[in-house]
Amino acid sequence: MSTHTEHQAQQGREPLDVNTPGLSRFDIVREGARRDDIEIVHYEPQVVAGSKAERRLVRLVAGLFLLTGLAATVFLVVYIWWPWQYEPGRGGDKFYTPLLGVTMGLALLGIGFGILTWGKKLMPKEVSIQDRHEGAVDEEGRTITGQTMLYVSDELGLKRRPLLGISLLAGLAPVAAVAAAPLVGGLISQPHKNNQMFTTGFAPAEGGERIRLVREDGRPVRPADISSGGQLTVFPGIEHGVSNRHADSPTLLIHLRDSDAQESRRANEKIGHGDYMWGNYAAFSKICTHAGCPASLFEQQTNRLLCPCHQSQFLITDNAKPVFGPASRRLPQLPIEVDSEGFFVAKSDYTETVGPDFWERP
Amino acid sequence: MKRRKFDLAATPGKAAVGVDDRFQVATPLRRLLNKVFPDHWSFLLGEIALFSFVVLLLTGVFLTFFFEPAMTEVVYDGSYAPLQGTPMSAAYASSLDISFDVRGGLVMRQMHHWSALLFMAAIVVHMLRVFFTGAFRKPRETNWIIGSLLFWVGFLAGFTGYSLPDDGLSGTGLRIASAIMLSIPVIGSWLTSSIFGGEFPGTIIISRFFIAHVLLIPALLVALISVHLGLVFKQKHTQWPGPGRTNANVVGERFFPRYAIKQGGFFMVVFGVIALMGGLFQINPIWLFGPYEAWVVSAASQPDWYVMFLDGSTRLMPAWEIPIPIGDGYVIPPLFWPTVVLPGILVGLSTMYPFLEARHLKDRKSHNLLQRPRDVPARTAVGAMAVSFYVVLTLSGANDVIADKFQISLNAMTWAGRIGLLAVPPLAYYITYRLCLGLQQHDREVLAHGVETGIIRRLPDGRFVEVHQPLSSANGHADGHGELEYVGWVVPKKMNRLGALGPAVRGFFYPIEKPVEAPVSPGHPPVEARPEREEIGSGESRR
Repeated sequence: MSTHTEHQAQQGREPLDVNTPGLSRFDIVREGARRDDIEIVHYEPQVVAGSKAERRLVRLVAGLFLLTGLAATVFLVVYIWWPWQYEPGRGGDKFYTPLLGVTMGLALLGIGFGILTWGKKLMPKEVSIQDRHEGAVDEEGRTITGQTMLYVSDELGLKRRPLLGISLLAGLAPVAAVAAAPLVGGLISQPHKNNQMFTTGFAPAEGGERIRLVREDGRPVRPADISSGGQLTVFPGIEHGVSNRHADSPTLLIHLRDSDAQESRRANEKIGHGDYMWGNYAAFSKICTHAGCPASLFEQQTNRLLCPCHQSQFLITDNAKPVFGPASRRLPQLPIEVDSEGFFVAKSDYTETVGPDFWERP
Repeated sequence: MKRRKFDLAATPGKAAVGVDDRFQVATPLRRLLNKVFPDHWSFLLGEIALFSFVVLLLTGVFLTFFFEPAMTEVVYDGSYAPLQGTPMSAAYASSLDISFDVRGGLVMRQMHHWSALLFMAAIVVHMLRVFFTGAFRKPRETNWIIGSLLFWVGFLAGFTGYSLPDDGLSGTGLRIASAIMLSIPVIGSWLTSSIFGGEFPGTIIISRFFIAHVLLIPALLVALISVHLGLVFKQKHTQWPGPGRTNANVVGERFFPRYAIKQGGFFMVVFGVIALMGGLFQINPIWLFGPYEAWVVSAASQPDWYVMFLDGSTRLMPAWEIPIPIGDGYVIPPLFWPTVVLPGILVGLSTMYPFLEARHLKDRKSHNLLQRPRDVPARTAVGAMAVSFYVVLTLSGANDVIADKFQISLNAMTWAGRIGLLAVPPLAYYITYRLCLGLQQHDREVLAHGVETGIIRRLPDGRFVEVHQPLSSANGHADGHGELEYVGWVVPKKMNRLGALGPAVRGFFYPIEKPVEAPVSPGHPPVEARPEREEIGSGESRR
């Protein structure tokens, strides 16, 4: 606490008259610091004026600033004249961004280190001590401010006129709601419009027409298009079926090998989905029931489908049941058959909810 | 008419007088110039965050001139040949244009991304510094809370920002974000549908994220940062204990000139490093990811690093679904716990920590002196526990990449993460606690018995003992030297620290200063000559 007593000693100190003749500029600076309760206790030039060390540091700082000028000029030259437009292959444009970054970086680092060297090496070192003015709580000040604020309430007379307070609250509460209403009302959107969370693009058209399974380019799929053990991402054959407008519809059509298909069919029958497969073909939603990523890594040997986002794994031959990872619900299966023209169609929409789970999923 | 002589040299002085006549700023300005700041390298970590934020604002404004926040479908016809003719959203097409068809656009985009990563990293490291040194204690709890909020607001800024290009990777992240919102019990589907304007992805989310990313969130960040800095200014910075330093003073340098100059230089260095990174290191090459399509994803889809801990927690969470058999049946999906509940707990625990600790220690005093982590083993150990928890989650966020590169089973990685998340933090607590105690003990030992000199002396009876250099002079203690008290600061433990090697000579290739020169110049208070160092050695002279 020695500094504290020092400080108190300073309080009694006569302020120096800064107009006293003969005062150096440093004397005035020190006096200014003292008036802010700061004592400069140590002040030491780091280099001797005119010494070799000083000249060397000055050269260094000047060199850094000149480097900045040079780098900035090169930046401009590169920016203006270097070929920058993209061309396939290994064109000169590949160096455009690196060159801009390097020259800009060097220019900025030049200023930065120049300033740092100037400040850290050429300017005098100092140690100053400033008082924090803590601990000494201004009790009187607290009392005065507190009473002033309480007096406001006296002046308003809230105690004597309670009706004013109540009416003010009752009047202002709806106003606050008015501020929030347009925001909430404008943004709010019914999630179950057209039953959208429970339907996909595979829902039969209005006339009961079944929807075809199509490839990414819109062509319908025949059974012969997928070899045994292969798989294909298919979409509903409707307008915008292959787009993010039907983000829940992408489906994985898998051609299982004979033995796997039998196992798969048995599993299907167990849960009453006996007619969901067509021949050795089964179709499962590609949208992970965990967080909605496309579960797209199919391991042929084990018949597992892996979602690369959080590593949920689904066993295709067991109704795409989750066997590892954070997913808790099987991938919904799309009941499929082949229409009279020999193309795959969906018998009906998915019978389970597609996509990530939510509260009101029945 | 007599022409008045124009005195150029007197102009600044006159202007200053004119300004002061009108605004009376001379004295407040002097107080600002004179304000004392303590100096230590660890106090500059927060500055890195501040400076990256400035770079973020500068580069971000540039990007808004060219970005089109719309999900309207367009066909790409820019100069990047592999994607020509591909249908995509206007947002993705304009991000490609920034990368290929705006001169210098790519370097700005990459600088923006790198400074965002640096901003978050600096916030985290700064927060660790504040935590482990106890700088969050009374009176600075408010600033601790603002700091933790800054992390989460920065998190939101980052997430909304990297979702804007609407590329294949960010779209997958957005899909996961929508699933996270969906998983909230009762209101999930309403919330998601309201934010996305219907079913995912809808057609409005990019423009909503855009206004959040360029106006609402930055405004909040600027407000929080201003209050944060204002409070540092008002409450004055903490300082390490040391000679002349007390709880009631600040020992350091005045704000002007040296401290401000160093800050300015440091800003330029941070800016320069970001420019180098933006030019040399590729980040988020969106043209390789393609436009977002709900059915496309690739392995190793990792978010930015500060989001990875949530990705990790999601991966590690077991598939525990909670069905609620009322009416048609309701469900709480497993996704809810690691992505909504866990961050909630983390926000609560981290913001409340100063109050929890003060309550536990019944500590109501104000603290302006920092503590060395070793002196508060319990807090340091708790911090180590939190850090290890975070690290396990972050590593798990990349467990597929680790499994791939090191040929480990993916499922084994998941299990390692699950077990590690529960086992590593307590272990980290125990080890850290013991380390702190050991370090404390060694400090006391050196204070009591002195520094090991490495000199072995043979006693007449044949025993060998190591000579210790005591840190204090003898004052009548039985063992010949007085015991020093620990003052919460570094105890010298090597002879070099005691000057046994003589003063260090600076300079890389050749000395840049003569160590013996004692500079004196008029107008300055006399500077005491450096005390002659007494050589402590084996007795042999070192020439």
